[in-house]
Formats: sequence, structure tokens, C-alpha cells
Amino acid sequence: MATKGETILEVRDLVKHFPLNQGIMFKKQIGAIKAVDGVSFDLASGETLGVVGESGCGKSTLAKVLMALERPTSGSVKINGRDIAKAKGAELKRMRRNIQMVMQDPYTSLNPRMTVGDIVGEPFDIHTEVAPKGDRTRKVQELLEVVGLNPDHINRYPHQFSGGQRQRIGIARGLALQPEIIVCDEPVSALDVSIQAQVINLLERLQNEFNLAYIFIAHDLSVVRHISDRVAVMYLGKVVELGKDVEIYDKPAHPYSQALLSAVPVPDPEGRDQRERIILQGDPPSPANPPSGCRFRTRCWKAQEICATEEPLLQIRPGTSHESACHFAETHDVVHVN
Amino acid sequence: MSKTSPHALPAEGGLGNEPLLAVDDLHVEFATRAGLVRAVNGVSYSLQAGETLAVLGESGSGKSVTAQAIMGILDMPPARIPKGEVRFNGTDLLRLSEEARTQVRGQRIAMIFQDALSALNPVFTVGWQISEMFRVHRGMGKRDAVKKAVELMDRVRIPGAKQRVNDYPHQFSGGMRQRIMIAMAIALDPEVLIADEPTTALDVTVQAQVMELLAELQRESNMGMILITHDLGVVADVADKIAVMYGGRIVENASVHDIYKAPAHPYTKGLLESIPRVDLKGQDLYAIKGLPPNLLDMPTGCAFHPRCPYRQDNCVTDSPPLYEISGTRNSACHYWREVLDGDQG
Repeated sequence: MATKGETILEVRDLVKHFPLNQGIMFKKQIGAIKAVDGVSFDLASGETLGVVGESGCGKSTLAKVLMALERPTSGSVKINGRDIAKAKGAELKRMRRNIQMVMQDPYTSLNPRMTVGDIVGEPFDIHTEVAPKGDRTRKVQELLEVVGLNPDHINRYPHQFSGGQRQRIGIARGLALQPEIIVCDEPVSALDVSIQAQVINLLERLQNEFNLAYIFIAHDLSVVRHISDRVAVMYLGKVVELGKDVEIYDKPAHPYSQALLSAVPVPDPEGRDQRERIILQGDPPSPANPPSGCRFRTRCWKAQEICATEEPLLQIRPGTSHESACHFAETHDVVHVN
Repeated sequence: MSKTSPHALPAEGGLGNEPLLAVDDLHVEFATRAGLVRAVNGVSYSLQAGETLAVLGESGSGKSVTAQAIMGILDMPPARIPKGEVRFNGTDLLRLSEEARTQVRGQRIAMIFQDALSALNPVFTVGWQISEMFRVHRGMGKRDAVKKAVELMDRVRIPGAKQRVNDYPHQFSGGMRQRIMIAMAIALDPEVLIADEPTTALDVTVQAQVMELLAELQRESNMGMILITHDLGVVADVADKIAVMYGGRIVENASVHDIYKAPAHPYTKGLLESIPRVDLKGQDLYAIKGLPPNLLDMPTGCAFHPRCPYRQDNCVTDSPPLYEISGTRNSACHYWREVLDGDQG
């Protein structure tokens, strides 16, 4: 077990391309969807990294590659120094114990024909060494209690629970193997507003209790700000800006981050007509055929010639204290998400 | 306004002080196998031309059912409207014949839905679907109707409208599909536009585009708009007044500024307090405890009492009426004064 603050996850130059094929008999590759295209970051134990971006930017593919549900095209995902992307067989199985996932939709991610006990206990069937058979019921009940469910409900089925309770079942399943890292892919977006806060509080409590590290993928920027220590902004398969939560939210340097933050509606009607709002035109380009150079240049108001020819690297730029991938990065306070 | 409706049942324009659209003590119930579900329990609200009313509530609060009752698109049965009126320019729509209702629906009151992909027909081109409005309601020929469809696609700013008019819904992105829905809704210059969670399925950047488009169209034509949503941010951005629904009732209505400054119902207050705030980072979020009510088994008295921090004994037995706080403001809470003052009960 890593102690607090130690790097437990190292992602380097991660690439995931999905081939585009043509023809039925003789499949010919005619291109690739560049879902994740060169992503690097570290995650320390007990830390939360928020990942934000529009749909199609590669957030969920990133999650799948981290979980080794998809093999990366290139790059490495090192958990405690060992590369899960290259692991196979028994080693992969052992490594997976350490990284678990909470899914977005608690209505479709729980098998309706299994009882809660079976769902939460299923990880023990696969990783039999974690809990001996006779001990499982007790372990499952413990887990239910930890996430705030009644341990006596172990024999109930998912449909007998509300959305928020189902998400708790999904979280209990994620905790079963005592992982150090949990990937949360939009864990609250399917829930009612009054229930979201309950689940966020639970995630934070569990983090403190078990020293969990979270990769927190979400599109609700105010929730991400609340829970994250650091935030990565993704656009078309690349991280365009990475920094501490205050750096990203108060001093965004990349034009895309600025546009994204300014688009978030503020829950306060005072002064709503004076607010600066950067409205991006059009939709993101297709990840099958991203623009040359900087991928954001087709929608960017700062774009110059250099943006089309030279790809900006994710690095600390003059006048900023965190990494951003823009030739013309400058901090600009759009102060929106409160 | 110049409209040439052959069945000009609801009068044109304002009749004295009568609002453009008024829902009055509306009740909707559904006969289900598990029992009678009272989805809407005495909802009243009104809308003036050019005004935006936001209806805020969680799933099951009755906000969409109310809108469907206004549009007349509820399946009856299982739905039943035992009581209530929906007055449009003074005429009660619920008492109109189906034929007269059709003259109002889509032409004078139009609606856009949350999920554009499932609301559009996948086997017809978008041009055909938009032009259907003109063919059916205006009796236009095919060619003229398609020309109108292209104009509308331009108006909702779909790039390359002329080239894309023969594309199918799946060939458009989510934001563009929502624009097509909007184009269909505004085709016949409706006086009221009901938008049921129009941006919930969209990314924030696209949401901003769509909301801006809606605001612009509203300014141009002075439509009244009912915006149904659960997003407190969107509401604060565009609404003039708000009706908060819970368990099939309106629990609070007020102007947008009043409600965000000082809510007068514990549920509204809980919702506003559960928004993550920068100065409270690292602390627990305020969470309304418990779960939304089961409509088959509503709590006695005030529907919110099992979750309410202000609860007293009479909340369990007496259902609170919609108390009048000021001329434009109501709260269905026995203890609205305490809530308004911020004293925890």
C-alpha cells in the first residue's frame, strides 16, 4: 500500500486508436478514430484528479484503458511501477484488484437478476483469495454498511432500490477488493439533484477513510471542482490543460478551458446580463480526422498560422503556473463556476 | 400578429389582464396496475407573452406531465384530468374538441423535447420532417414547404442548410438535432414554446449555444416560454419567474431574483444549498436527506415532511396551502417565515 502523497498511477503518452475498416471479406484499414492521443499524467494516493471535456473528447476511453478493459495502441499505464497495459493472465488479474470502477448509470450497470449480495460479492468469486468463502456474507454486509445501505437488504434485487441507493451498490462493488484507485465515470450525472450531493459526500468520506485515489470523470464542472485536487481538461483525445483546481478554475490559460468554463450556467441570477460568455461556434471536429497542429484551432479565436503547423505541447507557459497546450496561453479569469 | 387560423377558437392577443397561458388547479392522475398515481395535484401557473417561466423539479415531480397536459399529448387513458383548467388566451383548452385542439397544438403552442434523437423520426429526412409542419397545418405544396424548411434551418443556424435538408437525423450531432427540433417547434410562429429539458442531453458548450438561440428567437417573436428543467444554473440564466414542483404540487413560486436571494420553501432552500460552492470546498455538501416521495404512497400532510429540517407536528397531518408571501410570491410551507429568515427549525 502506498502512503499518502506517493505516486501510484503513472500514465505516459497513452494512445488509443480504434481502426476504421472498409470491406467485408478483406478488411482494409482506411483510418482510425483517435480517441485518446498522447495523454500523460500522474496520480498520487489519496488524490482526486478530475477529468472534464465534451462528449467525444476521449474521457471514457481513457477510463477503459486505465482499467485495462481496452489495450492501448501505445504508451504505458503504470500502477505502483508496473505496467497494467502490458500485463497478462494472472498478473493482470492481480493488478486489476488495485483499480476499480464506478459506472455512470446505476440502472444498467447492475444485473437485474442478481441480488445485491451477489453483485457486491461477485468480485470475491473472481478474486477468491481476498475473502474465504465462509466469510463472504459478512464482508458484503460490511461493505453495504460502509456505503450507507441496510446490511439486511443483502437478498434484495436492484429494482427494489432508488437510483441513489443503486449507485451506492455500485460503489460498494468497487470497494470490495480494497483498491487504491477508483475510476468514477460520471458517477452522479444520472441521479436527481437532491441525491447527487449525498453520493458526492459518500465518495469523499470513503476517500478519507480508505485513502483512495480517484479519477473523477464528469461533465458537471462545479461538482468536479468540489471534489478534485487537480483537474485535466481534455479536447479531442488530448489533455489541453492540467493543473490544481484553483489554477484551472480561477486562472485558465487555454482558450478551450476558458470557453468551457464560461459556458457553465451560474446558479445566481444577479448580474447575469453582464457576464462574459465565450460561445464556441460549431461542433468539435471528428476524432477520425483531427485538424493539423493544434486540434482546437478550428474553433479558436486566437488561432494563427503557427497553430496549424506546429502542435503545442502540454507544458508550463510564460505567465502561468501550470501546464497548458496553447501557443498563446495566457490566464484569463472568466470566473464562472462558483 | 397576423394569423389565419380557420378555427380561431382561442382569441388572438391579450384579453384585458388575462395571461397568455394560465394553468389553474390542474390535476392529472394515472390509473396503473399498482394503483392510482396522482402525478399532478392542483398545479397553477401563468405565463405572459415574452416571459420565461422555469418549472424546476426532480424526476416524478409532475413537471413534464403538466406540460403534456397543456399540449394535449397525454395518453388518456391511462391518464385522466379530473379537475382543472388550461386557459390559453382565455379559452379552456381542456374543453375544446379534438379538432379545435389540433389547431392550437403545434401552431400556437409548440414543444421541444429532451432527447432529439428519439423525438425525430429516423427514417425521414429532416427537411421532410420540418416541412411536414407546413404541409399539414398550412396545406403547402411539397416544394414550397421544403423551401420554408431550408429557411428555418438557416434561422436556427444550421450550417449549409441547403445541402443538409435531405440528410437524416443520425447524420447530425446532438446540438444540431436539437436545433432541428427547435426549427420544427417555431415553424408556425407559436405564441407559447414549451421546452422540456431542452439541453439536458447536451454538453455545456452546446447547451450555451442552444440556450442563446432560444433566447434570441424569443426576443424576435415575443413568445412566452415554459422551460422545464432540473438545472439551477440554466434557470438562473434565463428565467423571469420560477415554479418549483415537488410531489405533484408547486411548493414555491417567485421571481428568479427573489428565489435565489432567499428561498421560502425548505425544498428550494435545500436544492440551492446543495450546489457545490468554492468557499466550502473540502467540506461536506449540504444534502437533502432521504428520497423523493413515491407517488403511489405519498406522505401524509406536506409531501416534503419526511425530508424537512423545519418539520413540526402539524406538517405530518395538515397539507400546507400555497401561502401568499407577496403579490408575486407563494410558498407551500407552514413555516415559510422561518425558512425565509433562515432560522433552522
